[in-house]
Amino acid sequence: MSIQAPAKGWFGPPVGAEKLWIGVALIWCIIMSLAMPYYHFKGKQNSTGESYAVEPARFVDRVNRFVETNQVGEEVVTVSGIEKKIPIVEGVPGGDVYLLGRTWEWYPILKLKKGQTYRVHISSADLQHGFSLLPMNMNFQILPGYDHVLTLTPTSSGEFQIICNEFCGIGHHIMTGKIIVE
Amino acid sequence: MGNFDPQRVRTCKTTGLNVCLDAQFFIKANAVFAVVFLLVGAIAAILLALTRWPAVHLLNDVWYYRILTLHGLNMLIFWILFMEVAILYFACTSLLNSRLAAPKVAWASFLMMLIGAIMVDVIILMGKGDVLMTSYVPLRGHPLFYLGIILVAVGTLTAVILFFATIYIARRDKTYEGSMPLVTFGALAAAIIATVTLLHGAVVMIPTFTWSLGLTPTPDAGWYRLIWWGLGHMSQQVNVCAMVAVWYFLATLTTGAKPVNETVSRVAFVLYILFINLASAHHLLVDPGLGASWKIWNTSYAMYLAVLASLIHGFTIPASIEVIQRVKGFTRGIFNWLTSAPWSDPGFSSVVLSMIIFGFIGGITGVTIGTEQINIIAHNTLRVPGHFHATVVGGTTLAFMGLAYYVVPLIFQREFFMKWLARIQPYIFAGGITLMSIGMSFAGSNGVPRRHWDVEFTGAGIGAGFDAGAHFMLGLMGIGGTIAFIGMLIFILLTVATVFFGRSNAETGMVSWQSADRMKMISDAAGKEAEFEVEKHKTPGTLVLVSVLLVSFVVYYFANWKALAEVWWVR
Ligand code: HEM
Ligand SMILES: [Cu+2]
Ligand SMILES: [Cu+2]
Repeated sequence: MSIQAPAKGWFGPPVGAEKLWIGVALIWCIIMSLAMPYYHFKGKQNSTGESYAVEPARFVDRVNRFVETNQVGEEVVTVSGIEKKIPIVEGVPGGDVYLLGRTWEWYPILKLKKGQTYRVHISSADLQHGFSLLPMNMNFQILPGYDHVLTLTPTSSGEFQIICNEFCGIGHHIMTGKIIVE
Repeated sequence: MGNFDPQRVRTCKTTGLNVCLDAQFFIKANAVFAVVFLLVGAIAAILLALTRWPAVHLLNDVWYYRILTLHGLNMLIFWILFMEVAILYFACTSLLNSRLAAPKVAWASFLMMLIGAIMVDVIILMGKGDVLMTSYVPLRGHPLFYLGIILVAVGTLTAVILFFATIYIARRDKTYEGSMPLVTFGALAAAIIATVTLLHGAVVMIPTFTWSLGLTPTPDAGWYRLIWWGLGHMSQQVNVCAMVAVWYFLATLTTGAKPVNETVSRVAFVLYILFINLASAHHLLVDPGLGASWKIWNTSYAMYLAVLASLIHGFTIPASIEVIQRVKGFTRGIFNWLTSAPWSDPGFSSVVLSMIIFGFIGGITGVTIGTEQINIIAHNTLRVPGHFHATVVGGTTLAFMGLAYYVVPLIFQREFFMKWLARIQPYIFAGGITLMSIGMSFAGSNGVPRRHWDVEFTGAGIGAGFDAGAHFMLGLMGIGGTIAFIGMLIFILLTVATVFFGRSNAETGMVSWQSADRMKMISDAAGKEAEFEVEKHKTPGTLVLVSVLLVSFVVYYFANWKALAEVWWVR
């Protein structure tokens, strides 16, 4: 009985069906453990966590500089009745691309080329945010003070939405952005 | 020999265990407030389910986030911790035949926890703590919000220390012989993990509290997450340990089961203690600042040996039930032992449903989304609440409900009202939670975020939204959540009514949930040592069940690798 002290001499190895199951379960756990390092080297989708310390204000400067030099257009949107222009900024394949999360938008709109690789720097000007790319459903955590670098290769073209999936205050659910892939 | 003060002890007429009256008082006090917080959490739950169901969308945005904060804290922290303190007090007194070491300390613990919890709830409802349960810095709540949480943590730690002290005096006074019972051993594992957990809580909450007062600089966001999840995830392992201990306890009470191999069950508990420490990693798998090797190492070795422990308990408990049922003579075919189990005893059905939901939904989804790379397609989506409502709700909470069906008659010494309703309650609750978890999980696979008020993104500059499939899943979540809420409300009303107005059974002992025939079978089976030895290593039914689990696991796991391989390339 599990509510009474066990009889003397309770210590002993597993046998029979129990032993079989422990063996099978252990093998399965080892397979799952090995799958991760395997995919790290062979797989195309990994979260390496590459990042650099950055003052939020410095990061905002970098984003603004990136917008100034690489802007190719703009989109006019209405947020709570007020018109606003969001720059569309094209990245140079192989180069650095910047995306800023702040309450409550992803800034600016990025334009990328299918099959090309970019170093996408993402950080926050204020609170924690969640970078979530739809409809693919790719998610990364964005923290103030951390320049999170994703080495990203779009493999499909079209318009993709970015939403925020880390609670960042009352406007959290209208925090959106966009990536256009040609 | 017990070490009781003769004035402060009674002998249970049903189980024959000695009950320390001081411990009994605190078991009652903690259990009653656990249910009060469960009620607060349940009211919040239905409001949330009806808000996230897009067809209803009940609350406005401000109240959605406020109630979400309330729900997370009242359920995950207050309901669970108060209940666990009650379990610890029981496991170290009655099961060890000991008195509670220091009732005054129990008072201190209880008052700190209660004041802290009320403080937190008041602050939240005043709108000064809209930071969600995790209170990720630099989101900032009222200082009393953090102070309340610190009080709850310190209060719980005090109870844990009292638990250790009671085990100490029980050993010193030789109140039991040999090794401690398995259930107490499980509770001990839970208490050890709880200590480490609560220390993490102190490390993270104290600087956050002083920051909220304006005394210290803002804690680093990444550091905060790392330490907070040392609290947040490890405390889930406390829940798992406590739940497994309750599984063993109820399996014994309802069927007479005894562990097939004590060593195996105990080693599995030790695995929890040793290998869960760094599992906070799997909340940080797509965080910046932590490298791939750190992430992989901490998810693989730490998590998978703890997963192994769960896989072991998932075998040993049904196996122990199968063995005892076969000893009773239910030997026909592979599953006769299972079909002739006491399904109308809510203590039994709760345990079995809890094991199924925890294993098949909670376990499989949890291990899969906790895989380093797969987390990219899961992090912060509704897959996460889909997973943990199957573990801590369908698993732990349901097991604790089953426990209450025995605690109320045995400790409060009251007979349940409307037993027929109590008998079906576990099925209603389990059905609702299953639907809700499935709805959440698959909505999340479509990218639907958690903690999000509006999946239509009304008013956003750049539009976004989800397809019909995701909306269907959100509807399923809403319906399942409503059913689960009804199941939970039945539980709360029945227990509260019974505790305060139920017929006393102090003179007669508990009226069993099962027929006299079945009870006789249990007591007869206890004597059949020879049959037990024969059946003990052959458990064909359990082998079939765990094989089904393993196959489902493998299929879901590889389906997710395949889904991951289809998204954009990223490093
Ligand atoms: C009737 C039963 C329940 C229902 C219908 C329910 C429903 C929900 C819903 C709809 C959410 C919101 C998900 C989101 O929008 O992100 C939620 C969150 C949550 N629930 Fe429950 N729940 C129930 C019981 C419980 C219990 C018993 C626990 C803990 C023991 C629990 C723990 C949580 C936690 C920790 C969260 C996350 C809060 C956050 O994101 O900060 N729930 N629940
Ligand atoms: Cu955000
Ligand atoms: Cu947000």
